Amino acid sequence: MIGYYLNLALRSLKRNKVLTALMVLAIAVGIGASMTTLTVLHVLSGDPLPGKSGELYYPQIDPQDARGMMPGTMPPEQVTLIDGTNLLRARQADRQALMAGGAVPIQPDASALDPFYVEARYTTADFFAMFDVPFLYGHGWTGIDDEAHVRDVVIARELNEKLFKGADSVGRTLRIGGTMFRIAGVLDSWRPNPHFYDLTTGSYNYYEQAFLPLQTALELRFAKNGSNDCWGNGTGGVVGGAYPSATCVWLQFWVELDSPARAAAYRQFLVRYSEEQKALGRFQRAPNVQLRNLMQWLDHNGVVPSDVRLQAWLAFGFLLVCLVNTVGLMLAKFLRRSGELGVRRALGASRRALLAQLLIESAVVGTAGGIGGLLLAFFGLWLVRHRSSDYAALVHLDAAMLLVTFALAISASLLAGLLPAWRASKVAPALQLKSN
Amino acid sequence: MKLHPILAALRKHKAGTVLIALQIALTLAIVCNAVFIIGQRIERVNRPTGLDESNLFLISQQWVGAPSADTPDGVEKLDAMQREDLAALRQLPDVVSVAPINSIPLLNSSWTGSVSLKPGAQLGGKGNTRTAYYFTDEQALSTLGLRLVAGRAFTAGDVQHQGFRDQRERPIAIITRQLADKLFPQGSAVGKVMYTDGSSAPTTVVGVVERLQIPASGSWGNEFVWNSTLIPTRLDANFARYAVRTKPGRLDAAMRAVAPVLYKVNPLRVLDDDSVKPFDEIRAKAYRADRGMAVLMGVVCLILLCVTAAGIVGLTSFWVGQRHRQIGVRRALGARKADILHYFQIENLLIAGAGVVIGVLLAVGLNLWLMTHYEMSRIPLPYVLTGVLAMLAMGQAAVFVPARRASNVPPVEATRAA
Repeated sequence: MIGYYLNLALRSLKRNKVLTALMVLAIAVGIGASMTTLTVLHVLSGDPLPGKSGELYYPQIDPQDARGMMPGTMPPEQVTLIDGTNLLRARQADRQALMAGGAVPIQPDASALDPFYVEARYTTADFFAMFDVPFLYGHGWTGIDDEAHVRDVVIARELNEKLFKGADSVGRTLRIGGTMFRIAGVLDSWRPNPHFYDLTTGSYNYYEQAFLPLQTALELRFAKNGSNDCWGNGTGGVVGGAYPSATCVWLQFWVELDSPARAAAYRQFLVRYSEEQKALGRFQRAPNVQLRNLMQWLDHNGVVPSDVRLQAWLAFGFLLVCLVNTVGLMLAKFLRRSGELGVRRALGASRRALLAQLLIESAVVGTAGGIGGLLLAFFGLWLVRHRSSDYAALVHLDAAMLLVTFALAISASLLAGLLPAWRASKVAPALQLKSN
Repeated sequence: MKLHPILAALRKHKAGTVLIALQIALTLAIVCNAVFIIGQRIERVNRPTGLDESNLFLISQQWVGAPSADTPDGVEKLDAMQREDLAALRQLPDVVSVAPINSIPLLNSSWTGSVSLKPGAQLGGKGNTRTAYYFTDEQALSTLGLRLVAGRAFTAGDVQHQGFRDQRERPIAIITRQLADKLFPQGSAVGKVMYTDGSSAPTTVVGVVERLQIPASGSWGNEFVWNSTLIPTRLDANFARYAVRTKPGRLDAAMRAVAPVLYKVNPLRVLDDDSVKPFDEIRAKAYRADRGMAVLMGVVCLILLCVTAAGIVGLTSFWVGQRHRQIGVRRALGARKADILHYFQIENLLIAGAGVVIGVLLAVGLNLWLMTHYEMSRIPLPYVLTGVLAMLAMGQAAVFVPARRASNVPPVEATRAA
């Protein structure tokens, strides 16, 4: 039966090519626009560490002075060096890492290469294990190395290509900012998007080339990037004035906690720590702590640009108009065929059979629209990629979105066909025959 | 022509009528808001920075192995390096003037703070205005092309220098007219005293420039976008930025000459592809997202109007086909072609009118929703009215072809079986 209906549908669609083309085009444009924006939204709001993100938490505490305090305000988005170091040494989580972004001058031995700056991350040892960072050669350093201010560096694959033509460079030396470092490891391609562990350097398409132990970088006074927020009249910095003062937050601190119970316990620890610091006179405010996991942290920071959300809403409004349009056109098409449908009714076809026939016809339109929409979505994404925003290069259509496209197209056209098909299937057989 | 028969006929085509009206309403709502967004973005992109933007470029460079800016000795060395660079750049044949500067409008790298009329005022307190600082020297006004409206420019004797993170008193400053009007609503700002960043040391305003945008192009800077303060100080760090004004038409030549000259002064530095940038490029980069959004909205509006117009053509054609015989009867009874044409035109006007009324409500509702979720202001009435007229015009244009086909139905059609 379905084969026969399909045949009928194709015949009927062929009979009025302009109307058919209009319907297919309307669905295709609507689907194409919404899939393009939805894909961008999907890519940008994706999980940078699937499977792991639920166990990673970003603790926040409030070390600010009492001036300008208002109830309900959020604690600062980063930590001071002293609090970060305290929390790190407390070792209350399964893993913990304290870090800051920076830029370091690389001075290659090969005279063919001029010195150049690369983006760097100064971090403690657990960073690599915590964020499941893949290594091509070697491995990271250890917590003991951190304390020993060891001159170790982990470089990204790209930098290894540039300096050593991709060879296994573990154990070789590299001059960074006038100091010799030993290469401990080379990362495989690792491009977390968004750049979740430090959003102050830009959310998308920001990758460090060199990873150095935090204490080593501080000792050598390497330049830091990213933002710092200060309060009070903090003048003069820490580490001999090279870094922001003790009343500035400028480092990120991450912990790994494998269960919600551990997370609750860690929150308690943060409260205890704040109370302790208040008793010592360092903190002035009542404990104000936050412990968000990775996705909550991204959400809190609103990393997805609001323009992208706006575009997605707009595209769905657009799809709605296209659907209403298709409903209208289908209604016209089906009602015009009242005569033919009346004859089928008179010959014994049930109302349900007519409904099935008409719905199959709309499904055919939907499938054609879906294919057209998919092509338009590919075109739209190509346009997005060529708009050279910082996230442009990331935008690709994956298998899941492909399925969503077709599901959306067919369900949309079935929905659009429902009312017209129902109206048309209600024809009274006798009346139609008589009027003809 | 009487409306009654039209209304009676429409009652027979409830579903189609409602669909067209709904489609017009939704289209109006979306198009109004989209055009409003386009208008806002265009306005943002087109606002002048206050600079003379042609023949201007920016150098951002870093030294390798530079002395630390945290010791007085290091600061002096860095300042000497910077002065050497400036002297070399100023010697270039195509260069008119050069100023060291920490940032430039639309660069999105800013040093912001607050200015107040009282000493020691807290940030965010009363009588306290946010501002963005430009640390520069006596060639700033000529290099940036700023228009001085009161007071005087900086002289070489005014210029201090300091380490990047040091705090130093700021005895004098030049501010923008906008900031001057805010701080000193009565009378001229020149010679008056203000306090920066909660300091207790006074800063005397020596000059006022017509207009100078802050470096931040994002919406977070909207509330103080014209509140710039120029401080005659060279900042010394392991990096430096220089704004360069070239002779007319010599921009490319001057930009090409920069790298060799600076490497000659001191080869231990990083100058890459991004280091030398014409101002046009900085502007284009700052507004890339806004421009993209405006284009996208424009395309969406255009397609939406086409889709809606096509829908009207489709449904009206169907009605014309359906009423072939009735039209023939009317023609046989003496109706002129124009009467038939007007019939369909008025019918469309009625439907579109109903759609437009709903559409205006939807447009305002959508605007209110967008205002709560995104940065949007209230949609001005002219946008809505233009949208209404556009929708009605589009309806009439779309209905014209099928209506004319209807008016061409010969009277003899009445005698044929439908």
